[in-house]
Amino acid sequence: MIRHFIKRLAGALPTLFIIITAAFFLIRAAPGGPFDQEQTLPPEILANLQTAYGLDLPVWAQYGRYMGALAHGDFGPSFKYKDFTVTELIAQGFPVTLKIGTLALIVALGLGIPLGAYAALHQHSAGDHAAMSLAVVGIAVPSFVVLPFLGLVFGVYLHWLPVAGWEPGSARHLVLPVIALCLPPLCIIARMTRGSMLEVLRSQYIRTAFAKGLPLRVVILRHALRPALVPVAGYLAPAVASIMTGSLVVESIAGLPGIGRYLVQGALNRDYTLVMGMVIIYSGLLIAMGLAVDLLYAWLDPRIRFGR
Amino acid sequence: MNGDKIPAGAAAAFAAVALLVAIALIGPWATPNDIASLDWAHVAAYPSLTGAHWLGTDRLGRDLFARTLEGLRVSLAVACVASAISLSVGIAYGAVAGYAGGRWDHFMMRFIEVLSGLPLIFFVIFLTVIFGRSQYLLFFAIGAIGWLTMARIVRGLTLSIREREFIEAAVASGAGAGRIILKHVVPNLMGPVIVYATLTIPQIILFESFLSFLGLGIQEPHASLGTLIAEGAGEMEAAPWILLVPGGVLAVLLVCLNIVGDGLRDAVVGRE
Amino acid sequence: MTPASAGGAPPALAIDDLSVSFRGRHGTINAVRQATLNVFPAECVGIVGESGSGKTQTFMAVMGLLSAAASAVGSVRFEGREILGAPVSELNRVRGSKLTMVFQDPMSSLTPHLKVGVQLAEVLVKHSRMSWREAENAALRVLERVRVPEARRRLRQYPHELSGGMRQRVMIGMSLLCEPSLLIADEPTTALDVTVQAQIMDILRAMRAESHMAIVLISHDLGLVAGLADRIVVMYAGRVVESAGAADLLGRAVHPYTAALLKCVPDLRAPRLERMPSLAGQPPSAWSLGTGCAFAPRCPSARERCNSERPVLRDVDGTAHQAACHYPL
Repeated sequence: MIRHFIKRLAGALPTLFIIITAAFFLIRAAPGGPFDQEQTLPPEILANLQTAYGLDLPVWAQYGRYMGALAHGDFGPSFKYKDFTVTELIAQGFPVTLKIGTLALIVALGLGIPLGAYAALHQHSAGDHAAMSLAVVGIAVPSFVVLPFLGLVFGVYLHWLPVAGWEPGSARHLVLPVIALCLPPLCIIARMTRGSMLEVLRSQYIRTAFAKGLPLRVVILRHALRPALVPVAGYLAPAVASIMTGSLVVESIAGLPGIGRYLVQGALNRDYTLVMGMVIIYSGLLIAMGLAVDLLYAWLDPRIRFGR
Repeated sequence: MNGDKIPAGAAAAFAAVALLVAIALIGPWATPNDIASLDWAHVAAYPSLTGAHWLGTDRLGRDLFARTLEGLRVSLAVACVASAISLSVGIAYGAVAGYAGGRWDHFMMRFIEVLSGLPLIFFVIFLTVIFGRSQYLLFFAIGAIGWLTMARIVRGLTLSIREREFIEAAVASGAGAGRIILKHVVPNLMGPVIVYATLTIPQIILFESFLSFLGLGIQEPHASLGTLIAEGAGEMEAAPWILLVPGGVLAVLLVCLNIVGDGLRDAVVGRE
Repeated sequence: MTPASAGGAPPALAIDDLSVSFRGRHGTINAVRQATLNVFPAECVGIVGESGSGKTQTFMAVMGLLSAAASAVGSVRFEGREILGAPVSELNRVRGSKLTMVFQDPMSSLTPHLKVGVQLAEVLVKHSRMSWREAENAALRVLERVRVPEARRRLRQYPHELSGGMRQRVMIGMSLLCEPSLLIADEPTTALDVTVQAQIMDILRAMRAESHMAIVLISHDLGLVAGLADRIVVMYAGRVVESAGAADLLGRAVHPYTAALLKCVPDLRAPRLERMPSLAGQPPSAWSLGTGCAFAPRCPSARERCNSERPVLRDVDGTAHQAACHYPL
């Protein structure tokens, strides 16, 4: 299994490398781009860039410098925020995004799986139909519609939760953003678990488990759940991608100081270094997720572990 | 669908979508207000079916009904163009990969695998930063959304169609690969292609609204549903209808399109 | 071992007038029709029939394993207690402990992601309230009983690491853990190689000799059943058509269907034939059954009455040999 993992890692790293390289050269090649000589930049920024990128050096040397700096976790200076480096901004924003993203994922799994299992066990019941109908809505409606709507109901009308804003350590400010973020993956996971569970329950080995006189709880938890979750494991990487994408909008609406909001601000301000840094972070995260999911697959199904 | 029963839910959803599209198209003739005129007498007015503005006005006094319809039109127009782009690209790519087979196929599919793993939004944002917010870039980026899945599906179908006798016959009669693909392979793909196209359209609408919401998509003076929702989010506490109307329309549109797509897919793919 | 029926003891399993039907999109399928049969303690009853004869569904109903689309009416008494339609908690007290079942396909009958040891031990943990350690030791002993080589190693392996024959032995071992009164074996050898078949049958024979366990052996293979059964019950189109002691039935089949089946069993000692004998016609489709005897269309002895009046299972010549036929041979 270790060999399997290393093989996957070896495949993933070049992808990241290609992304970074492509982005690097794209920035330099673009007309009207940041390195275009006609651009007039404030002298401090220009000075920062000069030091960071050695703009008088040939392109290949610049590339080498950039990659070297990257290896040290240095993303260069921000284009717009003259007092900050991109690395600092990332360090500030990452924990926030990580917090809401992880919470959203946990809620999506923690509610989605039991919901799907319940629907499977009570197939064709009113609860099943209701849950699945709501799931369709939850999947289709985008987070930038859901979050303001939730804010309207729970914030403006009911005054239960704050509509936007952020205080370090505050839980109340996280509730609505996390709900808006977790909703689409939650619904997808619920539907997936339901379908998968229904199929697993038709298996011969489940029939054997019942024939042994095992109670339903044991049959579901010990015999049916793990195989039923295999498709969900496959969905984890897309789920994280969905949450990452959603965080852009959710952080912007709710005013949360995470890297999603920085990315959006950076895009609107044409802060190239910032955006590039964010893109690299997000890509790296996603690739890491892909690897983690691979490992999870192997654990879930022993047949893969032994390479059959 | 050859007589398969189409579930009632999907039929209702389809009707809803058709209704929305119809309203969007006849919109300009239905209301006396246009999208740009500023009615200073009724700034941020509450919706009233009897008054001058059926669904209220926004912060600048623009009629919300007219604006929403315009937004709907823009969103649908972008979706159509982008769908056409992604369909063409996807079908072409997939058909070529499937027909060529061997190493070409292998590499073309690997390329798709790599691309599918990465969320497009980040690259689009990156590109808007570099190239500025041009409308062409927008169409290109949005069109890039659907073609991956379409290419995969088409490639799979092409692989199976390739083995059928009439292809052999065409090859034997000396037809070139391009001709064979165009005249024989593509027409046989149409069924599943239509199904997946209906599933791609809501994705495209979503993507465009997302970008527009963030301010990176459709620019002034045009407004899509995404832009309108962004405006509404800002006015939420004082004038919630500015958010609710376009938000509601987008939500209904997406939900119904998804239901129709799901229904079609179950009916066609479920049969195979 | 003399069947306890001779001594007048109550049956371990008493199926009375059991009918199982399935609601389908195109109508109702009556898989089992008013089946009545008894299994006495320590006896081995062979249930023989073609696919679609209802032999498997009868015992699915006994075990409470029918699918959601099925409904069963009638009576099934296990050791005197009615279990058909009993609440699941009550059923689970006997299922897997005193009333056990071995299924046809060992490849798919074991949970792929759980170790063999766990799948065995959990039966004991549930039914005998043992600790996991004690249960694993008992599992080890049962594996040795069914002659699984390197039993200790097998406990830690996953099902896909075992051969088909070994998996079936594990299944049998699993059924023996709590000293069952009745073991139901549904086509236990059909999915296995011929050589392995013989081994499995040997194990069943040995287990029977060691204990007072009754066995129900379901099979389409009359020859296989003949090797183990004390009594044979023949089913056709959901009904019991003949029931008799094994020697009796094999020597003198009374129902035309059984007689035809017997002719189909190849006999190495008989002279070579030009053609293998087979039954003319097809088993009836589950929907198109009329009022008369279901076998009538294919029966060489059928007469007018057979098509209009359904024969009832009754004793032939006042013996323990029963048949459902108007004109028994």
